[in-house]
Amino acid sequence: MEKQLHLSDKKISIRDLGDREYFYGHKACPGCGGSLALRLALKVLGERSYAVVPAGCMSAVGFIFPQMAFSCNAIISTFPGTASMLSGVAAGARALGIKDFHAVGFAGDGGTADIGLQALSGAIDRHDKIMYICYDNEAYMNTGVQKSSLTPIGARTTTSPAGKRLKGAVTHKKPMFEIVAAHGIDYAATASVGYPLDYLRKLEYASRVDGTSYIHVFAPCPVGWGHDTSDTISVAKNAVDCGLWFLAEFSDGKFTLNHKPGKFTSAENYLLGQSRFRHLGEEDVKDILAERDSRWSRILSEWSL
Amino acid sequence: MIPAQKAFLSGNEAVAAGVRLARPHVIAAYPITPQTTVIERLAEMVEDDSLKAEYLHVESEHSALSACIGASAVGARTFTATSSQGLLYMAECLHYASGGRFPVVMMNANRSLALPWNIYGDQRDSLSLLDCGWIQVYAEDAQESLDLIIHGYAIAEDPHVLTPFMINLDGFLITHTYELLNLPTQEDVDVFLPPFRTVNKMDLDHPMSLAFTAGPAYNQSFKQLQHQAMMSASKVIFETEERFGQLFGRHYPGLIETIHCDDAEFILVTLGSVAGTVRPVVEKLRSLGERVGLVRIRYMRPFPDTEISTALAGAKSVGVLEKDISFGYEGTVFTNVNSALMRAKVLPPRLLNFVGGLGGKDISATDIERLFLRLKSPDDGETVAFI
Repeated sequence: MEKQLHLSDKKISIRDLGDREYFYGHKACPGCGGSLALRLALKVLGERSYAVVPAGCMSAVGFIFPQMAFSCNAIISTFPGTASMLSGVAAGARALGIKDFHAVGFAGDGGTADIGLQALSGAIDRHDKIMYICYDNEAYMNTGVQKSSLTPIGARTTTSPAGKRLKGAVTHKKPMFEIVAAHGIDYAATASVGYPLDYLRKLEYASRVDGTSYIHVFAPCPVGWGHDTSDTISVAKNAVDCGLWFLAEFSDGKFTLNHKPGKFTSAENYLLGQSRFRHLGEEDVKDILAERDSRWSRILSEWSL
Repeated sequence: MIPAQKAFLSGNEAVAAGVRLARPHVIAAYPITPQTTVIERLAEMVEDDSLKAEYLHVESEHSALSACIGASAVGARTFTATSSQGLLYMAECLHYASGGRFPVVMMNANRSLALPWNIYGDQRDSLSLLDCGWIQVYAEDAQESLDLIIHGYAIAEDPHVLTPFMINLDGFLITHTYELLNLPTQEDVDVFLPPFRTVNKMDLDHPMSLAFTAGPAYNQSFKQLQHQAMMSASKVIFETEERFGQLFGRHYPGLIETIHCDDAEFILVTLGSVAGTVRPVVEKLRSLGERVGLVRIRYMRPFPDTEISTALAGAKSVGVLEKDISFGYEGTVFTNVNSALMRAKVLPPRLLNFVGGLGGKDISATDIERLFLRLKSPDDGETVAFI
């Protein structure tokens, strides 16, 4: 039997997770942040889970007949259909009298903020009891690193090349956390695979929310970002420490910041440590920092701690 | 035979009545003219608790079918309805439902496709999606629409078939026309249609991965199984109609219906509501001694190739009348009929494709008489004629 997790908030420990694996033996790349996000989430949610995974990295590496990597129920959805299929799964299970289950989706940044946004919006609007986890690796990685609306400004992808005229992506990340919050979602959070305890706590909380929950987990991709495969966790941690990502929650109509960096670590080191940003000049970095600082002044003045 | 209740319902209301009798677990729907009154009636039934189903107000047709697939994937019985642009918007999910062998039942209100915008009936929407792996049937009236919903679940959920089922009603001509019809009782439908049971589902006690990837070494095998399942649906359709006839006293003729085809020299082949216009014309011309006949195609998939070639074997001249055109060639129904005739080496001296009713253009009884006259007239070299 799995150990039961308790919502002892910050006391949750990796030791609370059972040994049983629900996403294992897949063929994700070394150092894949997305597969780690899935693996940890299913360890929290356990065997009574229906995992819905759209076309993308995780479905490409986890469902190749006849070798299935999920030991809980799992299904690939259409690319735009993560949330709508989740709603159908949950409604079907409910109508059949099935109790104590989790309908949980794992979609990438493109599958969430671009092609899947409409269905996600619909599910949140209905307050369907589903969990939606966006593993954000900041580009369409499965198809070979193309820009999504969650690709950060300045990042080089295969469709936002860095050249003489343009320096990678020219737009900022779509604020998905605020977008789902603006729907009046029952629970939303941001997380990072570099802060696993925070992520686990949010997963456990989300699993008990009576309504729609959304967790946006920052998940580095060594292939697309150009960092060493052994640096995934430190990159994911650095993103938070340098202020380019944040750990927060939204519930009861209120934003809460979970982790306030005392002093930001060097964002230059974070950026220039990844080949996708290496073309950026001093001025470009300065612009990114200015945007970061204006976001943080808003966060600190409007969100509670 | 058990006495049924009489009701005066439109085609859409008949569909909603049939859906309630079939006891679906999940209904996911998005409104589009002329489908809307189906999902309005269903919403009222859920509200007054006469239909115990989860009703999902989805934000698009894509999500409607995606949600139905999700619900079907845990073993729930599902229903959705759409039309025209909405059917095309869910096109990706149509292939998904059939490839995953999820027996969703859906009504499609046949309607023209933009551009130009038009809300009236033709069959280009569903016929352009003939290859998406769904069983496709075309109703002629409200009674048949209701009965087809009940047949649909029995056929789609048959373990040899496990294929989604699309019931097509001509927009407005059937969806909004009121008819007096027989409403089966819930008790009888419960006997006819037991609850959905399938092994093709995610089960908490026996976890499964569904809707997976199959590479070049396996993919075609799945597609062959899918084709075999659709082919085996023909037999299941006959058996289902036989069983339905015994219980409800309404008998359906299988994949096609033939009227006076045995000795007919001039035969019109058509589908949907226009068959109701052809029928009295055939009777009138027969009474005048003309050897005319009608083939009404009910099922376009699986396609009734043998039935059609047999029915047309003695004809001198055959016209296929359809509300569809595959631009640059001919009507899709005509292509299918031709293929069936060629397979059977049945080659009527004259084959004509009449394309009409596009965007709701009226087809009158006089028009039909003209078509029979045209079939009798000397060959003018034309194959496709807009009427």
